[in-house]
Amino acid sequence: MGARPVEDLHLVSLTKAFGDMVAVDDLTLTIPAGSFFALLGASGCGKTTTLRMIAGLEDPTSGSIRIGEQDVTGLKAYRRPVNTVFQSYALFPHLDIFENVAFGLRRRRVKNIKPKVNAMLELVQLGPMARRKPSQLSGGQQQRVAVARALINEPDVLLLDEPLGALDLKLRRQMQIELKRIQTEVGTTFVHVTHDQEEAMTMADTVAVMNAGRIEQLGHPAEIYELPRSAFVANFLGQSNLIEGQRQDDGDMVTVVAHGVAFRLLRSRNAAAGGSVIVGVRPEKITVVDAADAARVPDGHNQVAGTVTDVSYSGVSTQYLIRARWGQELIVFEQNVIVGDRCDVGDEVVMHWAPEHSFGLDGSQDVYAGVEPAVLELEAAQ
Amino acid sequence: MAPVLPATASAAPAARRRGRAAYVLLLPGMTWLAVFFAIPFVTLFMTSLQQPVPGKSGKYAFGLEFGNYVTSMTEYWPQFVRSFAYAGIATLLALLIAYPLAYFIAFKGGRWRSLLLVLVIAPSFASFLLRTYAWRTILADDGPITSTLNALHLLPDGRVLNTGIAVVAGLTYNFLPFMILPLYAALEKIDHRLIEAAGDLYASASTAFRKVTWPLSMPGVVAGTLLTFIPAAGDYINAELLGSTKDRMIGNAIQTNFIEFRDYPTASALSFVLMAAILILVFTYIRRAGTEELV
Repeated sequence: MGARPVEDLHLVSLTKAFGDMVAVDDLTLTIPAGSFFALLGASGCGKTTTLRMIAGLEDPTSGSIRIGEQDVTGLKAYRRPVNTVFQSYALFPHLDIFENVAFGLRRRRVKNIKPKVNAMLELVQLGPMARRKPSQLSGGQQQRVAVARALINEPDVLLLDEPLGALDLKLRRQMQIELKRIQTEVGTTFVHVTHDQEEAMTMADTVAVMNAGRIEQLGHPAEIYELPRSAFVANFLGQSNLIEGQRQDDGDMVTVVAHGVAFRLLRSRNAAAGGSVIVGVRPEKITVVDAADAARVPDGHNQVAGTVTDVSYSGVSTQYLIRARWGQELIVFEQNVIVGDRCDVGDEVVMHWAPEHSFGLDGSQDVYAGVEPAVLELEAAQ
Repeated sequence: MAPVLPATASAAPAARRRGRAAYVLLLPGMTWLAVFFAIPFVTLFMTSLQQPVPGKSGKYAFGLEFGNYVTSMTEYWPQFVRSFAYAGIATLLALLIAYPLAYFIAFKGGRWRSLLLVLVIAPSFASFLLRTYAWRTILADDGPITSTLNALHLLPDGRVLNTGIAVVAGLTYNFLPFMILPLYAALEKIDHRLIEAAGDLYASASTAFRKVTWPLSMPGVVAGTLLTFIPAAGDYINAELLGSTKDRMIGNAIQTNFIEFRDYPTASALSFVLMAAILILVFTYIRRAGTEELV
């Protein structure tokens, strides 16, 4: 497949307002041909609206959409080289699987449809199901029909709107791998909208984190995870410990003092321009030692003393909540590789991590931005 | 319940009680059907085979006079044909009027939906007879509709009232809500994303309608056409009030035989022929429409 060259997708100053509410705010973005691109964000962040504008199901208020050199902004949905895998699939209930998949080809009066549909059904491993009705298929199978129905048209861009949202966890994992395989096989550009950060990270080669109609950060999943540039990204993509402090002095390392404790981080990993800085660290980067062994902490590491308030063992790792002297609870993930005693609730401990693992964020932000509301409520209740 | 007992020991009588309760609840309905449907049905059938008592006009006795059926068909076939033709045309017109209306209410009605539906049914709050009578005024010879049509030279007879056109108009009007409501119910159920999906898959608005909306609304089309056609085919009020003696339908023939001629056997035979004809038409129609696949 893909005999003709696949083209980059360009969004230029794309804006969509519904009355006073700006759903997508001046979005400029290039999605390279053949990439698996994820738009990640909470519900209402504008990701689905962006997708619907690319599909032609929604007209932008301003801005333009180009595929390669072709401006498709004003084109009707049925004239765009774009196909969509809809949330909850939207399979035609009155047509069998074969006819669902053949729908786009028939509309374009393509000749010799049968072998094409059969080959596509093979690709999604549904060959024997051709004459069944959608209602006779399981959720996972329906989802594959939806992918086949869109892909058979060899679109320049395939749009996926929360494609795995209706599946249970196990099936979702399986379909993540399956979708990735299909994408590699056909080489089409996939634009995938999801609110599931794990899904975005495992599948996409580029993730754009969206918040309030704008892109907060864009990059390779590992890059964004390791070096978030805003509190929202730090909290929404995985979890982070964020500590508010003031910048003290700048050498090779930036030193930030918070609650009387000095934290050091690399200048290149500091996104804050001003004096107030949020120091961040991912939970799995922190090592916990007993307070009595504080002397064993390597030189130059950032350290915070605290009391263990909660321990939850989850097989692969153990999650600790440790209250620092100033009252903030930090979260720590520890791989279960240590033989012997683990920390218990009430233990006095020292947390430490390498300065290379710290990141600095602009201090004017809300440290709770991007935290799930349910988590905030829990914390407020404590 | 004593927790030590095995669950089955107490569950079995409970299940039996539940089973009995279901029958008890069915009893009123079954009785109703037996008394007011099954027994009259048999009586009517037996009446249709009765013979006149010799020498006593207007008296009939038990018999196996299948000739009643022969007479009813040979003498009244024009009324049968007219009934099905009028009902058929009225059904088609009702479908053409109702579909866009139901479509509009279902897809564009928004928060006005319920109000619009009430407006559809509202005329039924007035008497059927009165509303049909009102059409005599609407279609009157000196009324605006007739004069306009005459000015355009569209009327062969120069009038609408007391012609077949008036009967069909009355039938269409009277049974329109029975077409709109099932169509609305079917259209309202259609997931709007299916139409979006069709657009995404290169279907223009009209193709999307032909390939997705129309087939998915078929259950409503079938239900609506049946609910319009069946009562329209048996109706006699519209032909009585709006048509001339040349536009009589089978309902009128049954009515006259029953009430004026007191020829109960012929009237019963006509009813049975009408019933059989409708059943055959309906079954062929449902077969052709293939609605069982849509569910």
